[in-house]
Amino acid sequence: MLTEQTPKISVRPEFRQAAAPQTREKVFELRGIDVRYSGVAAVKGISMEIGHKEVTALIGPSGCGKSTLLRCLNRMNDLIPTAEVEGELLYHGEDLYGPNVDPVQVRKLIGMVFQKPNPFPKSIYDNVAFGPRILGRKEGLDEVVEKALRGAALWDEVKDRLKSNAFGLSGGQQQRLCIARCIAVEPDVILMDEPCSALDPISTGKIEDLMIELKEEFSIVIVTHNMQQAARVSDRTAFLMVELDADEENRWGRLVEYDATEKIFTNPADKRTEDYVSGKVG
Amino acid sequence: MEAGAGASRNRLAVAGARATTAAMLRDQPRGDVIRNAIFAGLLLLAVTIALAGLTALLVQAFVRGSSALSLDLITNPPSTAFPEKAGYRPAIIGSLQLIAGVLVLIVPIGVGAAIYLEEYADNSRWWNRLIEVNIQNLAAVPSIIYGILGLAFIVRGPLDLGFILAAGSMTLALLVLPMVIIASREALRAVPDSIRQGSLALGATQWQTIRRQVLPASIPGIATGVILAVSRALGETAPLLLVGATVFVTFDPTPFGSDGYSAMPVQIFNYALRPQDEFQTLAFAGVIVMLVVLLAMNSFAIWLRNRYEQRW
Amino acid sequence: MLQAESKRYGERAIKWLLALCALLSVLTTTAIILSLLGPMIGFFEIVPAKEFFFGVDWTPQFEPPSFGVLSIVAGTLNVALWGMVFAVPVGLGSAVYLSEYASPRVRKTIKPALEVLAGIPTVAIGIFAVSFLLPHVIVPLWPGDFLGGADGKPFIALAAALGIGLMVVPIIASLSDDAMRAVPRGLHEGAYALGATKAKVATRVVFPAALSGIVASVVLAISRAVGETMIVVIAGGSTPKFTLNPVESIQAMTSYIATTATGDIGTGTIEYKSIFAVGALLFLLTLLMNVVSIRLVRRYREVYE
Repeated sequence: MLTEQTPKISVRPEFRQAAAPQTREKVFELRGIDVRYSGVAAVKGISMEIGHKEVTALIGPSGCGKSTLLRCLNRMNDLIPTAEVEGELLYHGEDLYGPNVDPVQVRKLIGMVFQKPNPFPKSIYDNVAFGPRILGRKEGLDEVVEKALRGAALWDEVKDRLKSNAFGLSGGQQQRLCIARCIAVEPDVILMDEPCSALDPISTGKIEDLMIELKEEFSIVIVTHNMQQAARVSDRTAFLMVELDADEENRWGRLVEYDATEKIFTNPADKRTEDYVSGKVG
Repeated sequence: MEAGAGASRNRLAVAGARATTAAMLRDQPRGDVIRNAIFAGLLLLAVTIALAGLTALLVQAFVRGSSALSLDLITNPPSTAFPEKAGYRPAIIGSLQLIAGVLVLIVPIGVGAAIYLEEYADNSRWWNRLIEVNIQNLAAVPSIIYGILGLAFIVRGPLDLGFILAAGSMTLALLVLPMVIIASREALRAVPDSIRQGSLALGATQWQTIRRQVLPASIPGIATGVILAVSRALGETAPLLLVGATVFVTFDPTPFGSDGYSAMPVQIFNYALRPQDEFQTLAFAGVIVMLVVLLAMNSFAIWLRNRYEQRW
Repeated sequence: MLQAESKRYGERAIKWLLALCALLSVLTTTAIILSLLGPMIGFFEIVPAKEFFFGVDWTPQFEPPSFGVLSIVAGTLNVALWGMVFAVPVGLGSAVYLSEYASPRVRKTIKPALEVLAGIPTVAIGIFAVSFLLPHVIVPLWPGDFLGGADGKPFIALAAALGIGLMVVPIIASLSDDAMRAVPRGLHEGAYALGATKAKVATRVVFPAALSGIVASVVLAISRAVGETMIVVIAGGSTPKFTLNPVESIQAMTSYIATTATGDIGTGTIEYKSIFAVGALLFLLTLLMNVVSIRLVRRYREVYE
């Protein structure tokens, strides 16, 4: 429905690349990333750099490939047999798709929180302890669980019922549990795919506050539909949009503009960005 | 005069309108009502016949067999000379051992196959589709064909085990394996993909995900399937006849003993073939024992499923 | 930093192990075919195919023996046919009742009862058929000497047929019920809104919509009936006759295999090999029916999913 309103682009679009963050370390470097499903392009030519211990937001209308792009960063696209990823994706300078790279190892360093909270059908404790146990940890789990739950601002609410089933928590609590689960593994990066879209406004607010705290320790990349959220929590924002080919038969996502969040929302360089963030389009 | 005529015309009109509407909303014409009633009656008759058949079977078994129900039934061996003292002991032990063997085989192989087909196999490959089609076909092959398979391959042929109880176990296991695989696949499939994604996103390997998340969540469904498969194996006679479940053993059978073995349904069959009343009674008593055991097993399976079923 | 910490041979080994388990199913089918093939070929070296496939005298014990399989095929058909004549109306009627008429509470009692029927060992059904159905149901209801009469005969096809019919009613009822319940409520409600009665909705709307699932259930039931052994052995008799007369005693393909295999037959004899020839024919027939049934089930599932 949003894509019908998307203006046609027939000329090769110019996109903005943010000034390379000189003082801050780069976590990801993307150069010309193309993703295809069964040969059909989903995103094309994405080039950007994601900074260390920052919150980077990916915004844009439905269908522009934000989630697809996000899933490239922790190689979750590998799970889709028809997906092909081309281009260069460096993680701290190393090729994430290199021949000797183990996707399982990648995911231990780059965690993910999903749109719909997906706790395991186990106790709260076992949910959080799952990651460390996978890593081979057998002792000191109590401390690890507590630290993770505190880090996800959930400890006080569940400390008396750690053994109860995770399904008994509310939606917002379940999502914070998923965040706790993620940080218990002590990753480097946390990817969040529209983490609040299935939650009520109060839970959303709590998680947004959490994100601002979490970026002290983790680099965060968040996909969101909610522009206020992006404006509030992120340091840098990337705006993607759908591009159609000449016959209007195929569509894929392109990076339109990527800059400091303040700039994107107050004084964007590209008119399309301006239209989107001011609500005129999409 | 005018007002009076108008008023009465109004009354007539109102009465007429009321009557027409009532006629339209009234019940269907007589013919239809009768037809519907007959149709519903026939349907009810069908259900009644089915249930009556079931009831008659159960009642007859209990009526004809209960006089032989005693502890002797379970502890005494069969005897042609002394039917009053005859029992089912070797058959019961045989059935128990057969079932144990079946369980040992179907759980790892059946669940393993289901895990492979659900979690690992790429369905665009022809060989994986072939395996699926195979399993569906095997589920409907007549049980006596499995008996022939057992006779040709397990008792004789490459495995050449002879007419031993283990051969019976293997034959029955092959018979019910498709059931286990199909039920296990359903149980695995019921686990939502979001659980797998969540586990993998934490850096777990595929097998870790299966072992620690998917499999535990599907155990109730798998257990139910296994119990139903075992109860099917318990009641099968024909394949065992072909792989050497001799009718006349008076001693306790062993899995690899070459002196022969027996099973409940086979023993019941043997008693039923004899014309004497005492043996007929024994046959019915055996039927009662089997029905009670099977009912208990199936009820347990259903209870298990209801109690532990994961609601996502 | 991104390399695997260990080689993870275990993962690959597990995958292969599990694949092996799945492969066993293909091996089983191959084994079935192979086990039938050898002796069957040996059989046809001695008995001309024409005699087997077109002969109506099945007398292996005679001297000289005759191997006309049509005799025992007729026995199988006899039992299966009359069994389905009983099971199809009873099964379908029950299914329509369960899916369109029964209240949820009634459903909760009847459906499990049918499951119980499905779980009864066939040897018990066979005994029930010969000791109850024959003397107390068939003989009293059978019109006198019609077709030779049912009285005084210890085993007749009809007894086995009724037993088999009872056995497959749950298959037809359960699968047809599933098929009819899969019909979207929208169709029901649309029909009722047009003023149709329950009977009309059931027969003119739901039944046709669920037809492929219903037919699949019937085909599956026929396949079970054709492959059933113990009921026919116990209640049908052991005299091969080329007839569809329900009040004759007969021998079906399955009962022939069972009776012969449990008798004293030497391994190399023609009788021994005949077991495999008959078995092969039985396997092919049921395979055909199963393939048809599976296709139909897939079709009805596709329509609504």
